[in-house]
Amino acid sequence: MTEFLQLAFQGFSLGCTYALIGLGFVVIFRASNVLNFAQGAMLLVGAYLISWLAVDVGVPFLVAVLVAASLLTLGGAGFQAVVLRRVTGQPPFVIAMITIGAGIALVAGVEAIWGPEQRLLGDPWGSSSFQVGGVTIGWVKLWGIVVTAVAVAGYFAFDRYTRSGLAIRAIAGDEEATLSVGVPVRRMHAITWGLAGALATLGGLFLAGFPGAPQPTLGDAALRAFPAIVLGGLTSPVGAVIGGVVIGIVEVMTSGYAPDWTGANFYAVAPYIVMIAVLLVRPYGLLGRAPAERL
Amino acid sequence: MRAFDSRRLALLAGLVTLAVVLPFMLSGSTLTTATFVVIGAIAATGLNVLTGYCGQISLGHAFFLAVGAYTGAKLGQDKDLSALIWIPAAGLIAAVFGAIVGPMALRVKGLYLAIITLGVVFIGQHVWANADGLTGGPQGRTFPAVQLGGFDFSPGKQLVVGSVTIDSTGLYYYLALLLLAGATLFAYSLRGSRGGRAMIAVREREAAALVMGVDVGRTKVAAFVISAALAGVSGALYGSFLSFAQPEQWSLLLSIQYIAAIIIGGLGTTAGPLLGSIVIFALPSLLKSLPFLPEEGTGGVSVGTLSTIVYGLLIVAFLVAEPRGLVGLGARARTLVKNRTRTSPVSPHLPEEALT
Repeated sequence: MTEFLQLAFQGFSLGCTYALIGLGFVVIFRASNVLNFAQGAMLLVGAYLISWLAVDVGVPFLVAVLVAASLLTLGGAGFQAVVLRRVTGQPPFVIAMITIGAGIALVAGVEAIWGPEQRLLGDPWGSSSFQVGGVTIGWVKLWGIVVTAVAVAGYFAFDRYTRSGLAIRAIAGDEEATLSVGVPVRRMHAITWGLAGALATLGGLFLAGFPGAPQPTLGDAALRAFPAIVLGGLTSPVGAVIGGVVIGIVEVMTSGYAPDWTGANFYAVAPYIVMIAVLLVRPYGLLGRAPAERL
Repeated sequence: MRAFDSRRLALLAGLVTLAVVLPFMLSGSTLTTATFVVIGAIAATGLNVLTGYCGQISLGHAFFLAVGAYTGAKLGQDKDLSALIWIPAAGLIAAVFGAIVGPMALRVKGLYLAIITLGVVFIGQHVWANADGLTGGPQGRTFPAVQLGGFDFSPGKQLVVGSVTIDSTGLYYYLALLLLAGATLFAYSLRGSRGGRAMIAVREREAAALVMGVDVGRTKVAAFVISAALAGVSGALYGSFLSFAQPEQWSLLLSIQYIAAIIIGGLGTTAGPLLGSIVIFALPSLLKSLPFLPEEGTGGVSVGTLSTIVYGLLIVAFLVAEPRGLVGLGARARTLVKNRTRTSPVSPHLPEEALT
């Protein structure tokens, strides 16, 4: 039972990080139908910026996180405004390919600047933990849950109560109609990319927390957030959060309980099997909406 | 269907001649790169049928390449069969897997399909890493060299015909070129056929195709099967030419390279897969030899990393400038020339190929 609770906690914490990453994908996809394959590279850059600011520059950790998140917000919005607005209306896979190219360059850029070795994150928690009824609670994991809760709540408040949030929801419904009533659609697209940048920074922070570390392969974890967003549906922020948590728990539970015949590292593919099964039953995810087809 | 005009024919003849004499103009390592390009172009031609003609985005190509490669290894090395058997068998087995994965496209569409096929790659890699008997496990395994009658493709072997000497890399190059020519011809004639037109109809608007009486399900699965078969053949050659491969080689990155190749070349065009493969598979080694990059080991940053940055940025810059790919670039150049030679205002007219 203790082992189960331990795994449940770890899975929930990992799931929260996936939820942050998944939300980053969904914010962009919902508004502009772009699947941002550079999300992994963005969270890598976020984690490295935090690590650089906190360890090399030596600013307080909270400041490092805020500065890194702001930089990525600007970077994301800038990428949308400078590069992607030029390809508005192109087929989705051409735009996806552009984000793949940008991701490849970013990952290599991080390696060029900071080298291929692991770095210190510079977080105040490290590997410290406390015990509750035999279950070890790592501080960094607990903070991951707290920060995710705050960030997700913040995002939904933005989505629900601000004019920009309303405009983005309108764009998700019908972009042309939104444009015709005077909403600055391009600026809204840039805002979604900025949001994705900020979410990526937080995701990167907790992926790089103990027992992880800032290293060039960190961004690969974004690929494991794919099952999460697909599970929930690419257009559903609520779905991304629920999907993220579910996938995190599935992954950690399989790492603890998978029988031997499934082979080594089965936990890494279990989320994909869940994803394929769900998609075959519900082709637009659990909460996604099927685009209306006009004949 | 467009008739062959004489200029087009002359261009084609020139290209074929160039492709045939190329091995005599290139040094050893450049020829190796060229061989990888031609082998890759076979699989890219397959993916072009699926994505370019039929509009189904698949990130699963690496999986089918692996199926082909391991089929080749099993039959060619473990069972000691002739290449005349294991190369076609690689295509056949991969096609069977294409027929298994393909029906997923009946349920799942667009980018969701891209993600589900991405899942296929990861599940495949898990299987490859654990099926020690077939793949050698994480340590990898060796792949058989092609033996075709009197032709021995093993490294170090040479073929001497009169005063002409062709080494094993050259032999692989010619074999791949022959297969690529077959694949390209097949894809070209497919586009004009009933089946190919059905694929294009599905790509343009699935509901409309359905209403016109196209069997959408069968068309999609057929596209998957063709694409997987060509990937299988290409994978078998790829494994054989590499002579050694580990399971992690059949990764998402490999799939992405093929998608990049056909998008950069020009989706749904005949020349696109080859042009794109030249860019994607030759560019990295070309970039590494750029003069302004520091020598390996002299600075802190490796040449590989720098060339990867340039590679990524080039993909972005190129697709922003010309989302229709290299073929679109050619179309644009032709329009420019036409507009300059004619004095009357001509509406920018794209050739049929760039539009279909």
